Amino acid sequence: MGLALFTILIFPGFLFVSVFGLMAEFFDRRIYARLQNRVGPPWFQAFADFIKLLGKEDIVPCAANEKMFDFAPLFALTSAVTVFLYIPLWKAPVTFSFNGDIVMMLYLLTIPTLAFFIGGWYSRSLYARLGSVRCVTQLFAYEVPLFMSILSSALLANTWELKEVAAFYLKHPLYSLFNLVGFFVSLIAILGKLEKVPFDIPEAETEIVAGTFTEYSGRRLAILRLTIDVEMVVGAALLVAVFFPFALYFQSVLGFLVAVLEICGVIALLALLRTIVARLRIDQMINFCWKVLVPFSLFQLLLNLILKGKLIL
Amino acid sequence: MRPGKMLREVLKHLFKKPATNMYPAEKLDMPKTYRGKLIFHADKCIGCKLCVRDCPSGAITINKIGEKQFEAVLDLGKCIYCAQCVDSCLKKALEATNDVELAQLDSKKLKVVLGEKSGSSS
Amino acid sequence: MHHSSKFKIPMGPQHPALKEPESFSIALKGEKIMGVDIRLGYNHRGIEKACEERTFVQDVYLIERVCGICSHSHSTAFVQGVEEIAGLIVPPRAQYIRTLIGELERVHSHLLWLGVAGHEIGFDTLLMYTWRDREIVMDILALLSGNRVNYGMNMIGGVRRNVTEEQAQDILKGVKTLEERTKYYIEVATQETTIIKRLSGVGVLKKDDALRLGAVGPTARASGVEYDVRRNDPYAAYAELDFNVITDTNSDVYGRTIVRVKELLESYKMIRQCLKNLPNGPIAVKAPRKIPAGEAISRYEAPRGEDVHYIKSNGGEKPERVKVRAPTLANIQAVKHMLKDRYLADMPIVVAAIDPCFSCTDRLVSVKGNAGKSKKILTWEALRNYSVEWHQVHGIDFTELSYKFRTKMERF
Repeated sequence: MGLALFTILIFPGFLFVSVFGLMAEFFDRRIYARLQNRVGPPWFQAFADFIKLLGKEDIVPCAANEKMFDFAPLFALTSAVTVFLYIPLWKAPVTFSFNGDIVMMLYLLTIPTLAFFIGGWYSRSLYARLGSVRCVTQLFAYEVPLFMSILSSALLANTWELKEVAAFYLKHPLYSLFNLVGFFVSLIAILGKLEKVPFDIPEAETEIVAGTFTEYSGRRLAILRLTIDVEMVVGAALLVAVFFPFALYFQSVLGFLVAVLEICGVIALLALLRTIVARLRIDQMINFCWKVLVPFSLFQLLLNLILKGKLIL
Repeated sequence: MRPGKMLREVLKHLFKKPATNMYPAEKLDMPKTYRGKLIFHADKCIGCKLCVRDCPSGAITINKIGEKQFEAVLDLGKCIYCAQCVDSCLKKALEATNDVELAQLDSKKLKVVLGEKSGSSS
Repeated sequence: MHHSSKFKIPMGPQHPALKEPESFSIALKGEKIMGVDIRLGYNHRGIEKACEERTFVQDVYLIERVCGICSHSHSTAFVQGVEEIAGLIVPPRAQYIRTLIGELERVHSHLLWLGVAGHEIGFDTLLMYTWRDREIVMDILALLSGNRVNYGMNMIGGVRRNVTEEQAQDILKGVKTLEERTKYYIEVATQETTIIKRLSGVGVLKKDDALRLGAVGPTARASGVEYDVRRNDPYAAYAELDFNVITDTNSDVYGRTIVRVKELLESYKMIRQCLKNLPNGPIAVKAPRKIPAGEAISRYEAPRGEDVHYIKSNGGEKPERVKVRAPTLANIQAVKHMLKDRYLADMPIVVAAIDPCFSCTDRLVSVKGNAGKSKKILTWEALRNYSVEWHQVHGIDFTELSYKFRTKMERF
């Protein structure tokens, strides 16, 4: 019981993921700034922003549905944090795992987006409503290629349990090379999940102010921003676990460091991707996802099916 | 059309020094020709008040403090740093410096008596 | 928010897409724009009236502050008008220096625009790079004129500062770097897929529409209207310079981008010519304090388009009337047309594409009362009370706040 609580609340649960998320935000912003020939924020910037927001006045619009407005950020954060508990990153005995957990994780990752939608919708601001509609519209576009490319990797490993998937690729590291297409597809799709350029359409500030988050302030906004940071870490960790789970190879502390390094690498790639493109329009985004990303992930699926046929034979 | 056209450019800058000036931690010098705070040569002033007349924002005043002695008071909050007074002055009693760090927390301190040097003591 | 029903979304007076207060009320159907209602007049500063209260010498600096970007354009347009009334012959060196500063200003304005356009379509990297390079020209301007924005170069009868040989070398060095960078940005703008996707086909303004709606500057030239005051009605030293009027037939935001970046290259060409052919001689002639009675219209090709000033003097030290028509006023009508049947996501870039300067545009607010009713003139106090009452009726009580504000102001 005590160990379980420790796992959930402290390591590698809530506290660790939150701190990691805030550090990841700093890392992401720093890389982004350096790519743009700027200095970027100091290391404590994300913490300072978070603490400042916690201390700010928390306003609920009169017209908003208070319960929904209140619960949406909490739901979003909890589900994002929960995913991290299931991701096998280093050799630790505390990871929960069961057959089919990879599917559950993907759905848990969808909950924050839906929570943003609900929070935005019930805050009754025009900008927030437009943002939340865009949020869900976008969800249907990037979710399919993301799921397909992650699941096709699992398909090759012949299991729906992430631990087993990771174990498979650890055993046959060369097979992970075949998944490169899937990795890049999911990398781009994750940008949609994180609502970052070129897919920051739901919170495009020059169009709809802060989109979904327009009416949020103070503590609730702090939680929402933390959620995005945690999502970034969790998304990156998921990609690492599914495609390159090599940290499992090492012993505890070294393994942990390698895992963190790998996650940072994925975050750096995400930062690079968003540096070199402009924001797409929602119709262009959906076109891109269905006409470019989906065919690539289908190709990945096909490739893995063929490989798997060979594997069984 | 090439997606990611700027890729090479941004990657190159990852290893370059950022272009940001770390002002105010590192001081930035304005060119010598910059029009900043004024200095006043009291010995040259004859009290004709041409500067007062030409000032577009009414920032400068010349007060008589004694026999043939004048002081110039400048409201830094009103001054638009056009240096028209410098051009207007027939005796070259006014001069622009490149001192631009003039912000004050107390608005009363914005009203200064101009001196021979542009330091904060004047 | 049904897909079938229309709803109105306010963009402004306060909105992150707009750097100045201006109201666009947009009727939306889903993501599609059904209609736009533009309201000007949130930033009226009474500059024209203030000009009548000041002498011609002071007005040069006041007029310069009409716009924060094209400050030299406004002050040149103004002094040209005054010189015309007074019959002053401006020395050629002064004409060249005015042209030089004008072109440097165009470089800084267009680079600024490129960055803003990048920001509006979510391409912040372009913003960071162009604004970094813009610092080069800002430094040159600070070195030449003594200020980064309000150069204060013009005086009635000439310019206030000379350009030394040393400064000329600095300019040439800066221009060389800028030219390289501009060529790179042309490559980026014409090759990067996401930029082209966001810009081409957006905010179309056909040639006839551009002429009908009276568009000016790069907005008109991007629609194939070959009109440039520098060519069609040369002022300063432009008659002696060799340059091309850049036009484009794309007629959309992409075309406007192309026109602006190519104009940058023309500007570099002109800056080099100015420095090479800089005539010797005085930089100003003495102007009388009292300008003889008369009136003049002065035109200037500002970076955003044609800038028109009207000046009337009654023989005194102060002008009787000054009228400023900033280029944005001519272009704003086209925006409504350009936004027709576009998506909400296109709105920021379409508005930004005319390079708007709303504060420069807000000149005069004429309050039209209902027919028959006499106009009411309110004192400041009465206006405040009226506003408090109006809000009270609409459910917001400002009485307390208004009282607090007043006592605070009195103490101040």
